[in-house]
Amino acid sequence: MSPELILFLVLSLVAIAAAIGMLISPNPVYSALFLVINFSTVAVFYLILGAPFIAMAQITIYAGAIMVLFLFVIMLLGAEKLAPGKVLPYQKPLAIGLAIVLMVESVYAVLARNPSDAEIIVPTEAANSIDAMRDLGIMLFSDYLLPFEVTSILLLVAMIGAIVLTKRAKGEQE
Amino acid sequence: MVPQDYYIALSAILFTIGALGVLIRRNALIIFMSIEMMLNAANLAFVTFANTYQHLNGRIIAFFVIAVAAAEVAVGLALIVAIFKSKHSIDVDQMSSLKG
Amino acid sequence: MDWTLWLELVIKALVLIFALLGGFAYLTWYERRLLARFQSRLGPNRAGPFGLLQPIADAVKLIFKEELTPAKAYKLVFFLAPIMTLVPSVIIAAVIPWGPPFQLGDRIVTQSIADINVGVLFLMSIASIAVYGIVLAGWSSNNKYAMLGGLRSAAQMISYELTLGLAFVVAILLGNSMNLTDIVEAQRDGRWFVLVQPVGALILWIATLAEVNRHPFDMPEAEQELTAGYHTEYSGMKFALFFMAEYQKMIVVSAILATLFFGGYLGPWVDRWPLLGPVYMFLKIVILLFIMIWVRATWPRIRYDRLMAFGWKVLLPLALAVVMITAVGILLAEINPWMIWLIPIFSLIAGAFASLMIDRSLRRKAYA
Repeated sequence: MSPELILFLVLSLVAIAAAIGMLISPNPVYSALFLVINFSTVAVFYLILGAPFIAMAQITIYAGAIMVLFLFVIMLLGAEKLAPGKVLPYQKPLAIGLAIVLMVESVYAVLARNPSDAEIIVPTEAANSIDAMRDLGIMLFSDYLLPFEVTSILLLVAMIGAIVLTKRAKGEQE
Repeated sequence: MVPQDYYIALSAILFTIGALGVLIRRNALIIFMSIEMMLNAANLAFVTFANTYQHLNGRIIAFFVIAVAAAEVAVGLALIVAIFKSKHSIDVDQMSSLKG
Repeated sequence: MDWTLWLELVIKALVLIFALLGGFAYLTWYERRLLARFQSRLGPNRAGPFGLLQPIADAVKLIFKEELTPAKAYKLVFFLAPIMTLVPSVIIAAVIPWGPPFQLGDRIVTQSIADINVGVLFLMSIASIAVYGIVLAGWSSNNKYAMLGGLRSAAQMISYELTLGLAFVVAILLGNSMNLTDIVEAQRDGRWFVLVQPVGALILWIATLAEVNRHPFDMPEAEQELTAGYHTEYSGMKFALFFMAEYQKMIVVSAILATLFFGGYLGPWVDRWPLLGPVYMFLKIVILLFIMIWVRATWPRIRYDRLMAFGWKVLLPLALAVVMITAVGILLAEINPWMIWLIPIFSLIAGAFASLMIDRSLRRKAYA
C-alpha cells in the first residue's frame, strides 16, 4: 500500500462518485458541476502520470471552456423540469443491467491479466522538463503536421457552423 | 507504483458510466455531457498507454481529441439551442418527427 | 518526499497566503485614499493614523452584518460561489517567482511555491476556472438581474481570455520557455520585455483588466448598473469574499504583468541579497496598482456592447499581429542580434493602425 496507490484509489473514488453524481442528479446545473469535478480529477491523474501539458490543456479547454459553454446553455434554456413523455417501461432497468455487465466484464478483462508485465513505468524527472514539451511541440509540427492543420480548419468550421446555426433568419420576428 | 491496469480499469468504468448516461437520461444536454465523459475516459487510456510504451504519440492523440471535443461541443450546443427554439423542449423523447 | 520538503512548501504557502490577504486589506485602503486624492478630497483618515485601521473596521462591520439568503436560491451553490471565486485568485499566485533561488543550509530554496515547467499554461488554466464562481453566483441567486449580470460578466471574461492567451504567448516567445523563473531570468541586465514589445505589454494589461472585471471593463458588476450584477443578493461575509476576490485578482494580475514584462524580481543587487527580490516585486506591483487605480479615477466605463466589440474585433487581431511580429523578429534576431529592435517598431506600427481603426469606427454613427 504505497502512498501512490492510496492517492490513486482516493482520486479514482472521487472521479467515479462525480461521474455517478452527474448521472443521477435531477438538476442539469448540478450535473455540469459534477462533470467539472470529474474533469479536474482526471487532470490530476494526468499530472501524476507525468503529463503536465495535457493536464493544463484539459483544465483550460475541458473544465474551463467546454463546461462553461454547457453552463451557459443550461442556464439560458432553463429547462430543469421535463414532463415525463412516453418511455418504454423496461428501458431503464435493461440499460442499467447491461451497463453493469459491461463494467464488470471490462474491469475483469483488464485486471485479470498477468500482473508481471503490467507495471507502470514511472515518469522520471526528465518527463517534467522543458525538453519533453519541446519534443511534443516538434512532433506536433513534424510527424503530426497534417492532423494539426486539419484540426485548425476543423475548429474554424465549427466556429462558422455554430454561428450559422444560431443566426436568426432574415425578417424572422423574435 | 500503480500498475497500468488500474488506470485502464478506471477508464473502462468511466466509459461505461458515460454510456449509461446516454442510455437512461432524456435531457439532451445531459446526454451530451455523458458523451464528453466517454471521450475523457478514452483520453485517460491514451495517456496511460503513452506512459507504458514511453511514446509521445498517446499524448499527442489525447491533445487532438481534446481539440476535436471542443469543436464538437460548439456545434452540438448550437444544434441543441436551434432545436429548443423551434420545439421549446430538449427532451429527446419528443424529437421524433422523423420517425417511421 | 522528505519532511523538509513538506515543511518548506507549507511555510511558503502560509507566508504567501498571509501576505496576499494582508495585501488585499491594505489595497482597499490604498485605493480609497488614492481615489480620494484624485477627486480632491481626503479619503479615510479617521480610523487610526492616516486611516490605516480602516480595513479592520470594514472587516468587523462586514462580519457583523446580517446575511440574507433569498428564499428560493439554490442554497448549496449560493454558499459555495464566493469560495469558488476566491480560491482561483489566490491559487494563481502559486507559480509566480518572488525572488531568485537562495541557499538555506544545504538546500536550494526557490522563491515560488510551484516552479513548474508549464507555469504560463497554469496561469491560463486558472484564468479559465475563475469564470465559474461568477456565473454560479449569478445563477444561484434566483434573480433574473443577477443571472443576466453573471452571464454578461462571464461572457466578457471568456472573450478576453483569448487575447490573454495570445499575450502570454508573446511572453513565452520572448522568454523561450513556459517556466516563469526562466522568463524572469531572460530579462536580466535591464532587458525587460516591455522594452522589446511594448504593445504586447499593453495588450496583456488591457486583457487582464477585462479578465478581473476591473474598471473600465466593470459594467457587469458596478453598483449603478443592472443592480450590481452577480453579487446583488449577497450580503455580509459572502459579499466580503467577493470583494476580497476582486482585489486579490488585482494584486495577482499586477504580479503576473510585473513577472512577464517588467522584469519580475530583478533589480540592482538582487543576486547578493536574494530577499530583495520580494521587495522589488512589491514596488513594481504597487506602481502597477497605482496605474490601475488611476485608470479607475479617470476614465468612464465602456458600454457592454462596445466592450465585446473591442475585445473581439480590435484586441484579438492586434494580439495575433503582435504574436506574428514577435515570432518573425525572434527568428531574424538569430541571424543578426540588432534585428530584435524590429519587433517594437513593427508592433508600434500595428498598434497605431489599430488605434486609427478604433478612431474611425467610433466616428461612425452605429457606435455613437
